[in-house]
Amino acid sequence: MVWFKRNKEGITTSTKEKKETPEGLWHKCPNCKTVFTENEFINNLYVCDRCSHHERIGSKEYFEILFDEGKFKELDADLVSGDPLNFSDTKKYTDRLKSTIKNTGLKDAVRTAHGKIDGQDLVIACMDFNFIGGSLGSVVGEKIARAIDHAIKKKAAFMIISKSGGARMMEAGYSLMQMAKVSGKLGQLAEHQLPYISFLTDPTTGGVTASYAMLGDINIAEPKALIGFAGPRVVKETIGRELPEGFQTSEFLLEHGFLDYIVERHHLKKELSHSIRLFRS
Amino acid sequence: MATYLEFEAPIQELEEQILKAKEIALTTEVSMEDTIKELEDKLVQKTTDIFSNLTPWQRVQLSRHPDRPYTLAYIDALTGGTFQELHGDRNVKDDKAMIGGFGLLDGQSVMFIGQQKGINTKMRQYRNFGMANPEGYRKALRLMKLAEKFNKPIVTLIDTPGAFPGLEAEERGQGEAIARNIYEMMRLKVPVICIVIGEGASGGALGIGVGDKVVMLENTWYSVISPESCSSILWRSWEYKETAASALKLTSKDMKKNKLVDDVIPEPVGGAHRNPQENFENVKKYIIKALAELKKTDPKKRIDDRIEKFCEMGVWK
Ligand SMILES: [Zn+2]
Repeated sequence: MVWFKRNKEGITTSTKEKKETPEGLWHKCPNCKTVFTENEFINNLYVCDRCSHHERIGSKEYFEILFDEGKFKELDADLVSGDPLNFSDTKKYTDRLKSTIKNTGLKDAVRTAHGKIDGQDLVIACMDFNFIGGSLGSVVGEKIARAIDHAIKKKAAFMIISKSGGARMMEAGYSLMQMAKVSGKLGQLAEHQLPYISFLTDPTTGGVTASYAMLGDINIAEPKALIGFAGPRVVKETIGRELPEGFQTSEFLLEHGFLDYIVERHHLKKELSHSIRLFRS
Repeated sequence: MATYLEFEAPIQELEEQILKAKEIALTTEVSMEDTIKELEDKLVQKTTDIFSNLTPWQRVQLSRHPDRPYTLAYIDALTGGTFQELHGDRNVKDDKAMIGGFGLLDGQSVMFIGQQKGINTKMRQYRNFGMANPEGYRKALRLMKLAEKFNKPIVTLIDTPGAFPGLEAEERGQGEAIARNIYEMMRLKVPVICIVIGEGASGGALGIGVGDKVVMLENTWYSVISPESCSSILWRSWEYKETAASALKLTSKDMKKNKLVDDVIPEPVGGAHRNPQENFENVKKYIIKALAELKKTDPKKRIDDRIEKFCEMGVWK
């Protein structure tokens, strides 16, 4: 539920810049300020070569990185949100949806796909933060639920890549119940002894953390990702003092026992594929 | 002394007039019978009028009414004093914001679990305002598993402004604790009834809110966020809480209409706190009837139905 703050901080700029910037331009690392050519940066999987800062990426990039030869079959690609509550804040929800679809080229905050990873079947549901802060609405819940059904049918391993500010407030109660829906579906996946890998990336907060992101047979994360239930601002207000260094980072969660391992993007495919092999051999 | 909300002012006025009239009747020879009768009729009429036209924000206020009964009061009334509280998550500590234990309802042992708010300033702090930490959710799960082991039904009573957003809560995995409960509750082999008796705020409520019957008392709210927080995030100001309360469709009537809860339990005119006994009776009747119905289904089918119900929630094109 902290998505709009994040948007304001300009974290969504990377994909947009890429689209609007002609080849051969420069990328400046927001962390260490080192400058790379856009091509160098892309070839390095959007990771800074100097300080290892992992830039936020979306479903398009993750599918390319993970699936063999970048090939996959997308599932339920056309599902879009309704407006069940006729919701309007400073903007009508339907207008917000329309402009987000236009600006991002996405249909909602998750894309689901079936492909192979080192020859093994894998269904991935990958969230896109650019779409209303990766917020969890009916479409996200429904697409993940259907992807789980698909994994069961195809006896494939299943993975969710979480990247979300939490609930989609414009769907209120419907949004909340998606947490229950996906959790129920994960139970059915478990009955078929198919592995579920939860991959947490920056940021994973709110209702996503309080449901499927924390329910993996293994939970893994990218380095230095923000992961938490309450957003850092809320926690800070609650305790009335500064938060300790590194609070709610991947490393913090690993130390407190909530992650199985942290993996750099360069090793993601290799490690993930190995995990799946260990579950299934 | 009763507490009155702003929109209850006309009720307060009439009740004070009635009291005064009764005092006069007691201390003087003047017959006040007709006056009292007239005022009492007026009071019933006025209360009915006000309460049949409540705005969503007024319902939210009612759900937080300081005189409203909290979880333990329900359990005491439902079990006739047979409730035995059980403590601790067997891991970190005993969370005072989440209570639970077995009690006899209509002669049958039932596991009761719920968030507990405090009845005065000191107790509110002791109960952490009904905001549970991870150990509260883990205690709840331990007790649910205990009920499952002995094949006893579970009733949860939901009344929370949210799961506690503290530093230690994050360290101990608030997200994981709630997620685990949601996941496990989906698969419990015994009947589960969840009743929102006050505030049903987001994941903190859902953490004990997955059941075969999820129901709301008439004057409660249940949503993904409180109207105040929604106002501050979407309108970037605290001033839009009334607008947010309407927009979120968080009342029992709207939640039922949108098929996000199964039933609404009516409250006595004026709210649960105006006639707690009648209110507890309504709740008791509902639970007994629902349990009898749920017991007819076999556990496997009950779990499938439960998952299916939540899977049908949502709107897409
Ligand atoms: Zn750098």
